[in-house]
Amino acid sequence: MTRGRDPGNGRQAPDTIERALGHWEGSASRRDFLKTSGLFVFGLSAMGAAGAARQALGSQPAESGPYRDPDFLQLDSWLVVHEDGSATFYLGKTDGGQGIGTATRQMMCDELDLAFDRATVVMGRTDLTVDQGGSGGSDAIERDAMVGRRIAAEARRVLLEMASERFGVPVEELRVSEGVISLNGDPARTVTYGELVGGRRFDVALTGANINQAGGVASVKPVQDLKLVGQSIPRYDIPAKVDGSFEWAVDVRLPGMVHARNVRPPFAGATLTALDESSVRDMPGFLRVVRKGNYVAVVCEREEQAIEAAERLAVTWEKPATAPFPASDDLFEYLRSAEPEPGSERRGAAPVQGDPDGALASAATVVEAAYDVPFQGHTAIGPAHAVADPSDGQMTIYTNDMKPYSHRTGIAEFLGMPPEQVRVIWMEGPQLYGRTAADDAGFEAAYLAKELGRPVRVQWMRHEETAWDTKGPAFAIDLRGGLDADGNLVALDYQARIANYAHVGYNQARTVLIAQLMGLRPDQPSPGGARGPDDMYHVPNRRGETRAVRLPLVFETPLRTGNLRDPNGPQITFAAESFVDELAAAADADPVEFRLRLLRGATDDDEVFRRARSIAVVEAAARAYGWDARPSPGRLGDGPLLTGRGIAYTYRARTTIAVIAEVEVERETGRVRVPRMVCAHDCGLVINPDGLENTIQGNLLHGISRTLFEEVRFDGETVTSVDWRTHPTLTHRDAPERIDVVVVNGDPNPDRPDLRPYGAGEPSHKPVPAAIANAVHDATGVRMRRLPLRPERVLAELAAAGV
Amino acid sequence: MQETTLTVNGKTHTVDVDPATPLLYVLRNDLGLRGPRFGCGLAQCGTCTVLMDGRPIRSCILPVSRTRGEITTLEGLPEDGKLHPVQQAWIEEQVPQCGFCQNGQILTAAALLSNSPNPSDEEIRRGMNPILCRCMTYYRIQSAVKRAATAMAGTSGEEDR
Repeated sequence: MTRGRDPGNGRQAPDTIERALGHWEGSASRRDFLKTSGLFVFGLSAMGAAGAARQALGSQPAESGPYRDPDFLQLDSWLVVHEDGSATFYLGKTDGGQGIGTATRQMMCDELDLAFDRATVVMGRTDLTVDQGGSGGSDAIERDAMVGRRIAAEARRVLLEMASERFGVPVEELRVSEGVISLNGDPARTVTYGELVGGRRFDVALTGANINQAGGVASVKPVQDLKLVGQSIPRYDIPAKVDGSFEWAVDVRLPGMVHARNVRPPFAGATLTALDESSVRDMPGFLRVVRKGNYVAVVCEREEQAIEAAERLAVTWEKPATAPFPASDDLFEYLRSAEPEPGSERRGAAPVQGDPDGALASAATVVEAAYDVPFQGHTAIGPAHAVADPSDGQMTIYTNDMKPYSHRTGIAEFLGMPPEQVRVIWMEGPQLYGRTAADDAGFEAAYLAKELGRPVRVQWMRHEETAWDTKGPAFAIDLRGGLDADGNLVALDYQARIANYAHVGYNQARTVLIAQLMGLRPDQPSPGGARGPDDMYHVPNRRGETRAVRLPLVFETPLRTGNLRDPNGPQITFAAESFVDELAAAADADPVEFRLRLLRGATDDDEVFRRARSIAVVEAAARAYGWDARPSPGRLGDGPLLTGRGIAYTYRARTTIAVIAEVEVERETGRVRVPRMVCAHDCGLVINPDGLENTIQGNLLHGISRTLFEEVRFDGETVTSVDWRTHPTLTHRDAPERIDVVVVNGDPNPDRPDLRPYGAGEPSHKPVPAAIANAVHDATGVRMRRLPLRPERVLAELAAAGV
Repeated sequence: MQETTLTVNGKTHTVDVDPATPLLYVLRNDLGLRGPRFGCGLAQCGTCTVLMDGRPIRSCILPVSRTRGEITTLEGLPEDGKLHPVQQAWIEEQVPQCGFCQNGQILTAAALLSNSPNPSDEEIRRGMNPILCRCMTYYRIQSAVKRAATAMAGTSGEEDR
């Protein structure tokens, strides 16, 4: 377990977490479990378990199709009890390494009254698991696992009724412990779940207008009665990931399978004018060149042969008549001067409050600032990959696409096949964070498999992944704020321009890259979402507007945008929360005190108490850090290392977060390091404290990486970020030495029996860039308004300020 | 095509492939191993790491004809059916998120500790720096390396007694 970590590395939780959870969680028995729990090794492969369970029910899905959708209104679609009394949960979810499977299993076992190690989970198989949409929006625990809880509660209710009938006593006279039902008055008389329904169907109908509302008659337990929820149960997938036995989507090997590699246009928007197949025809293992429009792939018997053939294939491309985009150095000037797309105004922005222009005109002090965030890539550690099997006229795709259900319908439409002949089997892959919400490789593998009539494995190369994956959109954000004579914020105007005109969407048949290269086009481009800053600040006069700007090349572009972890949140919050710091400095106020004043400027709250929970995380972060209240910047040091601290706060959906970063800036080089971070995080009911801590740590470090290192570079013809040198990432050397995760429960009634869990997969990523930039300002007096904070950029600003 | 003999995880294998084939594809596609994975093909990320006579190398760029000595992959790290202390520390610290890069992290840590049983924080950072993680589990990795160092020191201490 995670206890007793080396304090030298500053690992504060889980003790901190447990203390913070004390209001609702702190029973001794749970802590004892932490000490004594063993490791639960996931013994069966997901597919083995899935098949075995369905076989036991006599409803093994036909391997050759048609592949029918499991009915979410049937209990048997979600939960199977085996003859030995163990259970399998079927979830239409996917896991990007945040422990969704483990946490959901905890929640469902708790409702079912079954030991954690007596259950397994099957996720993301369109022929076996109900369509919960896969992953996205940090809602796996908040929404989907809550459905799981209701289903498991219903199964427990039905099992108790079966026992009641068997024993001829009312349900009230029965008790359940770990899958065994006994009589209150005669504990020797017992019956197990396995004896009651093992290997057989429940045949119980559920209700619910849609899958998110599915449930039965039973109610879920009050939080106080949950035993597994709140425990740091080790993740079931980790042992196999550590000993090399885990089977990933990259590991799928099928009889007769061949290997494909894509050949991408060397210039964005280029047109293929000639292709000379004789350049590769005589290579060993060569099978086919497949070409349609500007899509080209080479298929060979062996993987290394396909790689070499794709490099050697002679293709002639013609550059487009118009430059596809400005060079990355000219991007922000372009965004600010271009005409925004008609109709893209105010997308997602809050309505205007008060009279922002009038209030700015009469303000005692007006502050203005402009912020720039470049395109940033997903750059997954492993490039896109998939295997497609066209056997028996069906199509099976093995993929790490995080949304297997739309992957299935998208591929079916793309291939012109009925959906019931297509199934998608999700397997784990290199992270997800939005990149695999529209996984191109699955479409490519399916297309090639259909062409060749045999199983095809596609994998992208590094240069292809870094240049052509989906990008988090660039932003140019202008802010104006007005302070009254007492330093109160009376007006705030947020104006954003976003290079987000051709969002790739979610596995649509005409927006994935292969479709675009083949000349297919959606009916209209999608500008994606564009909400404004997320905060609970009370500002009487306020406006927030976002306009989408179109780059010249809209389709077949390597600057296509897609959801990147907390889509747009880090960019927007970088500007918004940096600007709040600028306003605090103009008001000569402490940044924490200034924020608390804005949060307390109103007393109304919403149904999830976002105001109270915002105040709670800001206070908790400051306390955990040991914040010394004073205006920023601090006194400029005279040594080679300038140090400072900065805070940023925001919320994402119903989760509130405050992050404090401590930085060191090297005066000589401009290099920024973040030796320490504190994150106060309120996501309501915590299912697995250690899993939550790991997820938050990853969010914070990913945020440091985007703040200090990551930028997609391009000239006027092509993306020049093609590997880890040209799109750098955070490494071991720059990881913080100390991270304190403070789990907060700021609900006004912290012991409420219906306390809900809120999302945690992305929220803590969001405030990181602003917290670091604010700390750099505190350390140096220099305000960095453009990401990433590369040393040369910081050095130039230091020089300009005479630091 | 040409026959090449190599020793992997204590077993000798003969494969008939182009001698220029990077070792990675032979390990994965001919020997069916899952530990080393393709990340970049450029020796930049370390996802494909294997040990060659105990030293971490990038199997994505090493031609199979140039392998020498004993190759150890993640699967070959346990001894006598018992996980290597580094693997055990990885479980105890609950290090992985997606886990895709952890092959390179674990093998590099094992090599680091065999050369430097009691590394300083700076040595850990420097030694592990070439292995990238995009889930950014660096913080836990560094804790796990320390935990493994402590565990290994304890074991060797017992042997000394």
